[in-house]
Amino acid sequence: MTAALPRRTTRAPAALLVAASAVVALTACSTGTVATSDGEEDTTLTVFAAASLTEAFDEIAADFEADHPDVDVALSLAGSSSLVAQIQQGAPADVVATADRATMDALVADDLVGTPQTFATNTLEIAVPPGNPADVSALTDLTDPDLNVVVCAPEVPCGAATTAVVDRAGLTLQPVSEEQSVTDVLGKVTAGEADAGLVYVTDVARAGDRVEGVAFDESDAAVNTYPVATVDRAGQSPDQADLAQQFVDAVLSDDGQAVLADLGFAAP
Amino acid sequence: MTPTSERASAARAARDPAEVPAGLPRWAYAPAVVGGLFVVVPLIAMGTRVDWSNYGALVTSESARAALALSLQTAAASTLLCLVLGIPMALVLARGRFPGQGLLRSLVLVPLVLPPVVGGVALLSTFGRRGLLGESMEVLGLQIAFSTTAVVLAQSFVALPFLVVSLEGALRTAGERYDVVAASLGASPTTVLRRVTLPLVWPGLLSGTVLAFARALGEFGATITFAGSLQGVTRTLPLEVYLQRETDPDAAVALSLLLVAVAVVVIAATHRRGAGGAVR
Repeated sequence: MTAALPRRTTRAPAALLVAASAVVALTACSTGTVATSDGEEDTTLTVFAAASLTEAFDEIAADFEADHPDVDVALSLAGSSSLVAQIQQGAPADVVATADRATMDALVADDLVGTPQTFATNTLEIAVPPGNPADVSALTDLTDPDLNVVVCAPEVPCGAATTAVVDRAGLTLQPVSEEQSVTDVLGKVTAGEADAGLVYVTDVARAGDRVEGVAFDESDAAVNTYPVATVDRAGQSPDQADLAQQFVDAVLSDDGQAVLADLGFAAP
Repeated sequence: MTPTSERASAARAARDPAEVPAGLPRWAYAPAVVGGLFVVVPLIAMGTRVDWSNYGALVTSESARAALALSLQTAAASTLLCLVLGIPMALVLARGRFPGQGLLRSLVLVPLVLPPVVGGVALLSTFGRRGLLGESMEVLGLQIAFSTTAVVLAQSFVALPFLVVSLEGALRTAGERYDVVAASLGASPTTVLRRVTLPLVWPGLLSGTVLAFARALGEFGATITFAGSLQGVTRTLPLEVYLQRETDPDAAVALSLLLVAVAVVVIAATHRRGAGGAVR
């Protein structure tokens, strides 16, 4: 027993070492830095995109990789303002797509990106629980004090859009809650706590059967635009700069636009 | 016998700890200092971020005052609710004898380890419009979600275990000997509770109350999930801090510091009074 113990303890680190080197080899493969059979190295294209673009960019990136077998697209998804802050701090992005003009303008002002192009728009829609129990059919219905109406707080972008459309319609809402984010609003509607909530068209599309959407005319007053741009970063190879432009083109292409349209985004 | 020495004998200590100063191992100081710094440095760091020249204006804005008032009111109401429900719960858990007691104790502690957002979801499933009890309440015309009552419920849900744990621990340490003596002298169970049991566990009850109040004051996740966020109705100070962070980070930091100050004042005030009560 005492003789067996030392042998076991010496064997374990060796096994660990093998496992660790295997892991290192695997991660090296996945980042695409390992030479391929023809001697060329795989190129990684890093795309920063707003969280609301998750599904759309997953699909566009997959299509792009299919068209460019030697390219890996690494998606980094976060809130637009976080993405902008990261790029300003020198994060290695090749392409950036934000959920509004203002955040992209900050990058333009710092000379960090090429000319942004608008690739999609999004407007507000009324989300109601399945079956529309409160029978909401227009924005004016939301002024009914007996309804539990939930909106975004004016401090956050979706709340600013809400204020714009409500003002345009000349209405005053008395919401039971002003939420922190559009997902919180959607959550209150899917839970059935709210009779109606103001969210983006794409949020209704994403929620599937859990909510119904009611479109309204005044939504034109706040059209959210999504710009995309190439990032000029230090240490970028001409190859990558070229690929970055190709990715932007893919987003703007008919195929890319079809993906976005399927998810509820409107064309610019 | 004073409560202090009584507790000591109940814990089967050979001598009163106050009489013999036990040696503290020297190595304990280093990690203790590191631990202290770990708690204090972030607070100081936050203080350095405060825009002191505008501090007054930042914390006296209409929304900040509404949030502070709401936080103090709801945390006080939650603490009261925790006392009303928590003292009997601790008594039953510490003194009662019934099957499933251990399981019940574990269940009562669940909110301690539950992420508050999950607590909010649980409360929604209970008191929400489509919840277990919510549907019948809706029939009676009672709506809890989006009301200040919802905030108090959310805070009580997360704060209750703190009170129960503290008090139950104190009750177990105090033991039942004095209760038995009082009862043998003819005191009714209620008199024993009022004149003997509760005075003995007073420090434990007080620290449990402070913990519950502090937890209620800082409650965020369950509130935002269950109660919503509306100025003066459900938007407590932590929710206001989180919202202000979006547009006005200076205001968020200023309000955070205000929350810390309120917590420190409450803890310091009760701690001093609690210590006085224990030495009495």
